[in-house]
Amino acid sequence: MKYIDEYRDGRLAKLIADRIAALADAARSYCLMEFCGGHTHAISRYGLEDLLPANVRMIHGPGCPVCVLPIGRIDAAIALAARPEITLCTYGDLMRVPGTNRSSLLEAKAAGADVRVVYSTLDALRVAETEPEREVVFFAIGFETTTPPTALALKTAIAKGLGNFSVFCNHVVTPAAMHHILESPPVRKLGSIKIDGFIGPAHVSAVIGTKPYELFAEKYCKPVVVAGFEPLDVVQAILMLVRQINDGRHVVENQYIRAVTRHGNDKAQAEVANFFELRESFEWRGLGELPLSGLRLRPQYAAYDAEKRFSMMTPRGKDNPACECGAILRGAKQPAECKLFGAVCTPDTPMGSCMVSSEGACAAQWIYGRFREKAPQANATRVVT
Amino acid sequence: MNMMTDAYKRKLDLAEGRVDLSHGAGGRAMRQLIEGIFHEAFDNEWLRAANDQSAFAVSGGRMVMSTDGYVVSPLFFPGGNIGSLAVHGTINDIAMAAARPLYLSASFIIEEGFPLADLKRIADSMGVASREAAVPIITGDTKVVERGNADGVFISTAGVGRVLDGLDLRADAARPRDAVILSGSIGDHGVAVMSNRENLQFDAAIVSDSAPLHTLVAMMAEAGGRHIRLMRDPTRGGIAATLNEIASQSKVGFHIDEEAIPIKPEVAAVCELLGLDPLNVANEGKLVAVTAPEGAEAILAAMRAHPLGREAALIGHVVADDYCFVQMSTSFGGRRIVDWLTGEQLPRIC
Ligand code: SF4
Ligand code: SF4
Repeated sequence: MKYIDEYRDGRLAKLIADRIAALADAARSYCLMEFCGGHTHAISRYGLEDLLPANVRMIHGPGCPVCVLPIGRIDAAIALAARPEITLCTYGDLMRVPGTNRSSLLEAKAAGADVRVVYSTLDALRVAETEPEREVVFFAIGFETTTPPTALALKTAIAKGLGNFSVFCNHVVTPAAMHHILESPPVRKLGSIKIDGFIGPAHVSAVIGTKPYELFAEKYCKPVVVAGFEPLDVVQAILMLVRQINDGRHVVENQYIRAVTRHGNDKAQAEVANFFELRESFEWRGLGELPLSGLRLRPQYAAYDAEKRFSMMTPRGKDNPACECGAILRGAKQPAECKLFGAVCTPDTPMGSCMVSSEGACAAQWIYGRFREKAPQANATRVVT
Repeated sequence: MNMMTDAYKRKLDLAEGRVDLSHGAGGRAMRQLIEGIFHEAFDNEWLRAANDQSAFAVSGGRMVMSTDGYVVSPLFFPGGNIGSLAVHGTINDIAMAAARPLYLSASFIIEEGFPLADLKRIADSMGVASREAAVPIITGDTKVVERGNADGVFISTAGVGRVLDGLDLRADAARPRDAVILSGSIGDHGVAVMSNRENLQFDAAIVSDSAPLHTLVAMMAEAGGRHIRLMRDPTRGGIAATLNEIASQSKVGFHIDEEAIPIKPEVAAVCELLGLDPLNVANEGKLVAVTAPEGAEAILAAMRAHPLGREAALIGHVVADDYCFVQMSTSFGGRRIVDWLTGEQLPRIC
């Protein structure tokens, strides 16, 4: 408990915020993208934007696996779950993600599909073990953080000889998406979106380390600070970025030294490499096909690969044409700039995935921050003294 | 008066027995179940009369009536079970109208195969809860459904009560500048239930706060009843849902202060671990009261003198706001909205 409180100390945050305000050059602006939804969530939930001077702006990035899962993969999972022999185990967040025509796993379940919410891969394994007559498929999604548990589940299933367990693999990798964001035409078109620096994901980096971002920082001349998810972590990272930008430096710094090293967790990386390989290309919702950005099971584990085992088809899903998730994930637009935001698209009636997980940029803005748009008078910019 | 006689062929096997369809068929087995378990546990003069309904006298004044269904899973959790919860829940619904609860009814839908021992445990704890609260369960109903058509046991309780003299609370009565008072720490019930679900066992023993609040309400009413605008027990959806509900009914906004909201460190830690917002987590023994500003101090003092209100705190104020936003100053110095929960609150992915 103490551990958590230390990173929630409001007075300390005020001190750091004061330092940010003192250091931030009034003549310029600082646009910082937090890649990860965990940060988006912390920023919204603790109202961190109120602590920052007006010229330090946060841009919400794509870092939530729920947000970037393409609609076709949801459709494929729904189709799979509809098969009578199959039990689909999934994390709760995925239940409400809209597929084509706003269908969802929640609806599929209500219609009779055997879809079960699990809290970990091991829960899914337990279902396979206790119900040997069912074909149990684990709907795996997530960045580098969640890949090792999926590898562990595969390892355990093989060790136990569980023939009725397989994985529908939708794991993606972080650095590829960061590259893509800076390579995308709107960002490259000079000045149209300014990103001056990145806050790197905490849990992802605990696995892969900070090294993968070094090339990125160098190539694009953008500073990266890997930071934890507690509010104090985030303000500290912002201070570190402002310092680098002022100094004209662009290196990878590590704010999250309590959990992250340069090389990450070798053991976890080795387990992942044993079971998974890169796909040539994988679709990201809102970002399109990104080369070498997704994982699949290696061919020798085909028996545990739901896509092979059930000859799954991944249809091209159809997103709502008015949904601006793509632009939002790239930092080109703010949620409130989407015409659907708050009108027809709310967490209760999500049109796009950014509205589903509370880590998604649209949901975070709606749930925690909508007074900023609706009642500007209630949010007179705080002068940080 | 069908008292048990030796004519019964089969004794209720309270150790190993299970509920079967004959227990709901209206015959002798059903009578046996009702008398052996429910009447025994709830025992009072009305039940002993063994009618299908119970008559009672009413005095003058306004009456309130409330009913609620209970479908909690797991059925047993640290600090209570579905039975005690069903008694406390309905007592509290009545108490929130500033009424003294008088009588309860209880209706059971039991799944075939449900262990009699568990049913007895549930009934016994309902009996204890109703006796402790001095609100007897005076009538009831039992149905047995086929296996697979219910999840163990569902309970509905209804209750009637008499509104305390001179009080008339209304959902739309909150006014700007009113004080918002919370009777104690948040999230205990929801976290206790969740931590007892498979796979989420924690070292810290977190116990449900399930409790009847009518005596606390009586003390509040005595200390400053006419200043109380309205009360709510923040059950499902937590205080976030409760405040949003009041905001939209009274067409006002709220400003609350995160630092003022009591929460146990172990509850905060579990919420942190699972990525839950304690403001959305259910409570079963807490109340939120909106009072006129001038009555707040006296009411708070009275609450703190009651064991269920020892940690009572002033957590914020009502403000004028056409958008009916519930806003919170975070412990971190920022501001955010406190919104309703969408769907079920789920632990985050990573
Ligand atoms: S912590 Fe994991 S799930 Fe949450 S936003 Fe980051 S990558 Fe996404
Ligand atoms: S508001 Fe809804 S429709 Fe618009 S970008 Fe966000 S998720 Fe998509």
